[in-house]
Amino acid sequence: MTDIRYVAPQTLDEAVGAYAAAGSAARILAGGTDLLVQMRSGAVKPGLIVDIKKIRELTAVEELSGGGFRIGAAVPGAVLAEHPRFRQTWPGVLEAVNLIGSTQVQGRASAGGNLCNASPAGDSVPAMIAAGAVVTVQGPEGRRELKVEDVPAAPGRTNLKPGEILVSFTLPPRPPGSADAYLRMIPRTEMDIAVVGCGVSLTLKDGVCAHARVGLGAVAPTALLVEPAAQALIGSRLDDAALNAAANACRAACRPIDDKRGTIAYRTQIAGVLLKRTANIAAERAQGK
Amino acid sequence: MNVVNNKWIGQRTIRPDGVDKVTGRAAFAADTAMPGMIWGKVLRSPHPHARIRSIDTSKAEALPGVKAVVTSRDVVDFPLDKSVMLGIQDMRWMCRNVMARDKALFPGHPVAAVAATTEAIAAKACELIEVDYEVLPFSIEIEDAIEPDAPILHEFNTFQGKPSNIVGTLEHKKGDIEDGFKQADVIIERSFTTRPVHQGYIEPHACLISVAADGKTTIWSSSQGQFMVRAMTAYLTGIPQSDIRAIPAEIGGGFGGKTIVYLEPLATLLAKKSGRPVKMVMTREEVMRATGPTSGSKSTVKIGAKKDGTIVAAQGTFYLQAGALPGSPIRGAAGCSFAPYDIANVLSVGYDVCSNRSKVAAYRAPGAPIGAYAVECVLDELAEALKMDPLEFRLKNAAKQGTKAAHGPVFPRIGYIETLEAAKNSAHYSAPLRRLQGRGVASGFWFNAGGESSAQVNITEDGNVVVTTGHPDIGGSRAGIANICAELLGIDYRRVSVIIGDTQTVGFSNLTGGSRVLFASAMVVTQATEKVINTLRERAAKIWEIDPEAVKWENGAAHPASPNAGQFEPLTLEDLADKAPMQGGPIGAGVQLNTQGAEGGFGTHICDVEVDIELGIARVIRYTAVQDVGRAVHPGYVEGQLQGGVAQGIGWALNEEYIYRSDGKVDNPGFLDYRMPVCSDLPMIDTILVEVPNPKHPQGVKGVGEVPLVPVMAAVANAIYRAVGKRFYALPMSPPKVLAGLEPPVQQAAE
Amino acid sequence: MAKLHVTTTVNGEPLEFLCEPYETMLDALRNQLALTGSKEGCASGDCGACSITLDDRLVCSCLMLAAEAEGHEIRTIEGMARGGRLHPLQEKFLEQAALQCGICTSGMLVASEALLRKNPNPSEEEVRFWLAGNLCRCTGYDKIVRAVLETAEEIREAAQ
Ligand SMILES: Cc1cc2nc3c(=O)[nH]c(=O)nc-3n(C[C@H](O)[C@H](O)[C@H](O)COP(=O)(O)OP(=O)(O)OC[C@H]3O[C@@H](n4cnc5c(N)ncnc54)[C@H](O)[C@@H]3O)c2cc1C
Ligand code: FES
Ligand code: FES
Repeated sequence: MTDIRYVAPQTLDEAVGAYAAAGSAARILAGGTDLLVQMRSGAVKPGLIVDIKKIRELTAVEELSGGGFRIGAAVPGAVLAEHPRFRQTWPGVLEAVNLIGSTQVQGRASAGGNLCNASPAGDSVPAMIAAGAVVTVQGPEGRRELKVEDVPAAPGRTNLKPGEILVSFTLPPRPPGSADAYLRMIPRTEMDIAVVGCGVSLTLKDGVCAHARVGLGAVAPTALLVEPAAQALIGSRLDDAALNAAANACRAACRPIDDKRGTIAYRTQIAGVLLKRTANIAAERAQGK
Repeated sequence: MNVVNNKWIGQRTIRPDGVDKVTGRAAFAADTAMPGMIWGKVLRSPHPHARIRSIDTSKAEALPGVKAVVTSRDVVDFPLDKSVMLGIQDMRWMCRNVMARDKALFPGHPVAAVAATTEAIAAKACELIEVDYEVLPFSIEIEDAIEPDAPILHEFNTFQGKPSNIVGTLEHKKGDIEDGFKQADVIIERSFTTRPVHQGYIEPHACLISVAADGKTTIWSSSQGQFMVRAMTAYLTGIPQSDIRAIPAEIGGGFGGKTIVYLEPLATLLAKKSGRPVKMVMTREEVMRATGPTSGSKSTVKIGAKKDGTIVAAQGTFYLQAGALPGSPIRGAAGCSFAPYDIANVLSVGYDVCSNRSKVAAYRAPGAPIGAYAVECVLDELAEALKMDPLEFRLKNAAKQGTKAAHGPVFPRIGYIETLEAAKNSAHYSAPLRRLQGRGVASGFWFNAGGESSAQVNITEDGNVVVTTGHPDIGGSRAGIANICAELLGIDYRRVSVIIGDTQTVGFSNLTGGSRVLFASAMVVTQATEKVINTLRERAAKIWEIDPEAVKWENGAAHPASPNAGQFEPLTLEDLADKAPMQGGPIGAGVQLNTQGAEGGFGTHICDVEVDIELGIARVIRYTAVQDVGRAVHPGYVEGQLQGGVAQGIGWALNEEYIYRSDGKVDNPGFLDYRMPVCSDLPMIDTILVEVPNPKHPQGVKGVGEVPLVPVMAAVANAIYRAVGKRFYALPMSPPKVLAGLEPPVQQAAE
Repeated sequence: MAKLHVTTTVNGEPLEFLCEPYETMLDALRNQLALTGSKEGCASGDCGACSITLDDRLVCSCLMLAAEAEGHEIRTIEGMARGGRLHPLQEKFLEQAALQCGICTSGMLVASEALLRKNPNPSEEEVRFWLAGNLCRCTGYDKIVRAVLETAEEIREAAQ
């Protein structure tokens, strides 16, 4: 722990430069709510810490046309919650981001850190997947875009290339009749890591589901986009048959493990339960209830 | 005395240490520093069971910044063949718990300790210590540890003639159990398991210790007893008690877990070797891996009753995990669980079982909640089988004055029946419930304790009062003491300052444990204050030149006892303090007692739960704890004890447990996955304080701190049954377990 | 292995200190600045005993590097009573016996104060969820929640 450096650059270029130059021992610091815990336990021993919170683009929330948003990778959950319009447009993404940790953790934790930490149980990830969010990353070779579901590679690993920094999330425009929701199962009411998490985003036209995306967390090595579940919803009036089919599709997509947080059987069963509940909430929101 | 028109007893006064605690000024164990201070760290065994062939500390000692290294060679040995008891602790086990000797017995067992100029260097030095382990097979769970071919932790121990991990048994017997069951119309027998749970105090163990060149030792640490710290440290380091000044820091929770030492002997040895003050603070992970949880258990309870509801026989067999070294609380499990009932035939047996997990430490009514969980669940089934209301069933069999308990005593006037009546008559008990909600009840008993206490009451020169006692205050006991002293002296409680003395300034006082502190300190403080009042009367009598018997003490002043005694202006405490130098000198009194008469305590709880049957989540939505508290000297802190005990019990019932990996290590050694209740998990916790004064106590005080944990798990389990029609026999009733238990028919029926 | 020089404001007072790059704000407060009112219960963000505010936002000081304090404003429990007068929450915690051992109390108070600044009229549920990151093992939270609700009410009444 002794040979460690800390830098807090003002620009993204500086940050990418420092980060890339320091190689594999460097770590990006956003809210630090994962990184500091990992440093304390000895799991991570960074040689360089690059604090990205002084870079404007990474800490800004920008409203785009038609209900789209661009969220800086290091924006803390509490700041996102204070945005005057984000809540109406993306209630599911917001509730997912705001479920991360306590009030204290919310003051720091970012969706970028949640995604880059690559825990299969990260709460914001299934909601971002359901929302169809795209991330912008910047590295020594310039900028590129990835779908959120393509970012995690395995528990604790992402598909970002060496030296690449996650810059922002872009949420697409919202047609009328759209809404999203996120639910997770935890044994307590707060301060737990999701045993299963489920995000649903949908668009209703005259009571019929015209578009849907479903994201599932904590049931596989990475958060999943569950297309068969979305297909089961699309074209339906979200009746029991459609919801059951979507729930079964979620269960079929599960490849969970038994661990201290839940069993395979439990996680699989719950994935279906959460899908139904989440889809119902999203539908109610879409209908303006 | 049992004063009725109290001014301060029964009032919600501001605690003497309160302002320090709300402003961050209060000094807890980890909050102090000394000039020249260095940092200690413990090297812990990674193995659940391993023989230590050798330890090479040379590389660690050579690391720049390292000032001392100690191993078991430095700790005083207590050979296995001779028991040396300190209270309920056997120094043979304590010396092996603070530092492994020939064998490491659990992952986290200390094998060496280092002191260095920084924490980072001390940690680095620990990595440089080379321990040659011969890894041995291990067992964690009770069933594995009592298998005939189980790896034996302590080869010297035998049970029924063979080496065994069963290291102790205890039996309580009353009547003839076989005969009793023959009289029964209904018999229910069930088996239960509970998991080890941690006390969960938020403050990790910590200490700061300096040893002077002449051996004079100052210990600053957080514990439930500075005298325990002094005695154990003296035993384990060889320093005489007269040379050890143990100063009680403010303590950030204990619940029984700080009634033994972990760090103090090691820090003392490091300080002695290095000549520098040594600070040691455990990480949360060390607390979870290496300090006492309470036992996990397996028990079987069989109870028989007649058709009219009379319980005729009750039998319990309780296997409790001791952890690595003997000493599980079988006394509480076997002794307390049937105590609330007047049963003619009882057989209650406890087994103390060692296995390769950290040594258990006391936890709030040690053992009693484990026993009560099993017994109170079986009683619920019996009541149902007999078609009786569960409270009526308990009322019919309730222990009362004159009942002989299976563990020995004949009860004096007790308030158990009153708790049942109060529960039955509460608004909560008759409130309506909705679908998938259920209401459970359960009762509990705890012995409570008296024992040694000392107090000094001094009048200051300006006529105020300083009370010094010897028990760390964990939950507001100083406020209760201030109330009592102010009441007796007839002065404002704000004029009474209550201090917890260190071992060299106040007389011996036993642990803050067994729910004894206010019971025992009220006794010594009362007697000391009464002595002071006598002195004050004598002083006034001398000034007035009348007989001391003709002087009464009232409202903070000496008065002539009657008009016949003469006409004098009252002499206040201030007046008498002011005149003290000319009238015989300082005013004060000390009292030391081995207090007796701490009668047991009883409680009855009502719990409502709501179950999400699709997710298997049970949530407590309403809770009422009723308890006979004797006399609530400070109701706020009495209620607080009940509420805190209930919260811990809800955690134990629903989510808390040690989870083990297949390699024998704890998999959840932190607050994120050791799931204690958070604020949003709980409802308000209602309390009903029944006050049946303890006839053997000047203020009627009974212990209140431990009883409130005893009934909780059964109350929650019984409530879950009423909500979903399914009984669970294993704790915790966590969502995966509940969901698995709710087979589809149950779910459909409930829908 | 050079130490970092940090210029910051703690409880309204400008100050400077040196820290290791990996040192947490909690360690800096406790070990360098002798502000031991913030407690360490876990050092992993789970207990809230180390709660402080950073530019008025509630955070765990154990999850923040000391270096990150540069140019920001920190408030700790030591800054809550102003000019020798207790904050109404501090008064209420004492009146209501909302503490037993007191180890969680600093964090509870700092967190509650942050809540009332943001939401002067919280419901019981809002209080409970806001404080979910502050573990208390002694009280069962009942008296803490009541103290926060009552203080909120009194502050609102006083403001009218
Ligand atoms: C008490 C507690 C409770 C928690 N509860 C939850 C919970 O309920 N749900 C949940 O999902 N998580 C939870 N977490 C985990 C954590 O808070 C989240 O994962 C959080 O979103 C991480 O964000 P951060 O900004 O703090 O990330 P950091 O810790 O700063 O970073 C996390 C990782 O991502 C990397 N990284 C961060 N930003 C970037 C970037 N822009 N580009 C490249 N790499 C980057 C970092 O180097 C690090 O490896 C909890 C943590 C704590 C301490
Ligand atoms: S010490 Fe920071 S949250 Fe526990
Ligand atoms: S009062 Fe002890 S932890 Fe809260």
